[in-house]
Amino acid sequence: MSRRRVVVTGLGATTPIGGDVTTSWSALLAGTSGVRSLTEEWAQTIPVHFAARVAVEPSEQMERVELRRLDRSEQFALIASREAWKDAGAPEIDKERLGVVIASGIGGVTTLLDQYDILREKGARLVSPHTVPMLMPNGPAANVGLELQARAGVHTPVSACASGAEAIGYALDMIRNDRADIVVSGGVEAAIHAMPMSGFAAMKALSTRNDEPHRASRPYDLNRDGFVLGEGGGVLVLEEYEHAVARGAKIYCEIAGQGLTSDGYHIAAPDPDGAGVQRALKFALRDAGLTTKDIVHLNAHATSTPAGDVAEANALRAALGSDADHVAVSATKSMTGHLLGGAGAIESVFIVKTLQDRLAPPTINIDDLDPAVTVDVVRDKPRALPAGDIAALNDSFGFGGHNVVLVFKSI
Amino acid sequence: MALAQADVLAGLKEIVEEVAGIPAASIELDKNFTEDLEVDSLSMVEVVVAAEERFGVKIPDEAVTDLVTVGDAVNFIVNAAK
Repeated sequence: MSRRRVVVTGLGATTPIGGDVTTSWSALLAGTSGVRSLTEEWAQTIPVHFAARVAVEPSEQMERVELRRLDRSEQFALIASREAWKDAGAPEIDKERLGVVIASGIGGVTTLLDQYDILREKGARLVSPHTVPMLMPNGPAANVGLELQARAGVHTPVSACASGAEAIGYALDMIRNDRADIVVSGGVEAAIHAMPMSGFAAMKALSTRNDEPHRASRPYDLNRDGFVLGEGGGVLVLEEYEHAVARGAKIYCEIAGQGLTSDGYHIAAPDPDGAGVQRALKFALRDAGLTTKDIVHLNAHATSTPAGDVAEANALRAALGSDADHVAVSATKSMTGHLLGGAGAIESVFIVKTLQDRLAPPTINIDDLDPAVTVDVVRDKPRALPAGDIAALNDSFGFGGHNVVLVFKSI
Repeated sequence: MALAQADVLAGLKEIVEEVAGIPAASIELDKNFTEDLEVDSLSMVEVVVAAEERFGVKIPDEAVTDLVTVGDAVNFIVNAAK
């Protein structure tokens, strides 16, 4: 039996540059930054005073009663999933053949911290009975699974900033392995809070460009000084090819392969040789039955950290060889900030739109390209991609040494 | 401090509307929390805690299972406040 093929039939997103896919994609092509100063009082008490909050507050997209029972990460998951499910045509499906894989890097961290404040200030009796379902990292996936009544399996892979990409890969496996015909997959994050931001700041991982927030996320720029924390989420409806064709679904593209490796090097720093990244890329291409010649675009992990961007670029150059010359590399975190567990998911949504429109989004804020970056970066404005059969990659890496590469190809 | 039944009902309506999103107008004494108003067990905990705060009464956990209808809760709170 030949392997089951998997295609993308629905997209959803809520990001710092738009409350849905269409708005986010337009803003991305226009080179719009979603990074702003935080208005909360606590922001002035920590070293970093800015972040990339979602462009549209969940309170404008959901009922109040629903909001109060859901952590912000769960709200993002439901908002993006509803859009994606509708975009897929709200398919009629045997619920035992419907799965959900939605990741989060940190889970309901604001719920955990807010309820801890209540515990200390008012006592145990006042801790919300919704606390645990709101803080559990599988909460976003579980709530989406509940709403769609998915019964093939609801899962939450956790691998820090690679989580969103890993979730999509897990969904690919579920369909290939005949566990499901449709899987709603993606990643979310809602960690803009004094505590996790202080933790990242203590690692010197965050940009401290407080006077110019919209210029702070600058992957590949010589003067980059760390990432900008973003929030939101992205969701893709993955579907078995024949199933999608049989119901006359709109098919965006194929998700053709994935490669996963681990560094075994350091808990937070990237392996400077990027060997794990290279292996992940190689495995992903092999899994997709493609070669480096087929790749025309890559949405990079590129978070704007001094070490990470160059390590990644070196690994890509090594893995792609001279074929790197025809790969248009976009670092969309320059506009969205870094959504941690949501990053690989919104970037996969962007790749699907890139293949659809044949336009690679720009990377903004590169005033002086770091000469150590040896890949072809799309700067300032979108770049047209060639006609014909094309393929694109998403790479995502997480603290802990997790490497994930996904392959999407036109259909 | 004695509480009037009408005041307690009005207060409970506000709480249930806030917690469960049920329009206050549809909340009456004979309504069953779970069957008519779809207040699940977690939300019921919220209703109880909010009612305790609002009316200054104690509603022990073992009493909560007997609060089947809105009327049961109103009567319990009125009696507890006497």
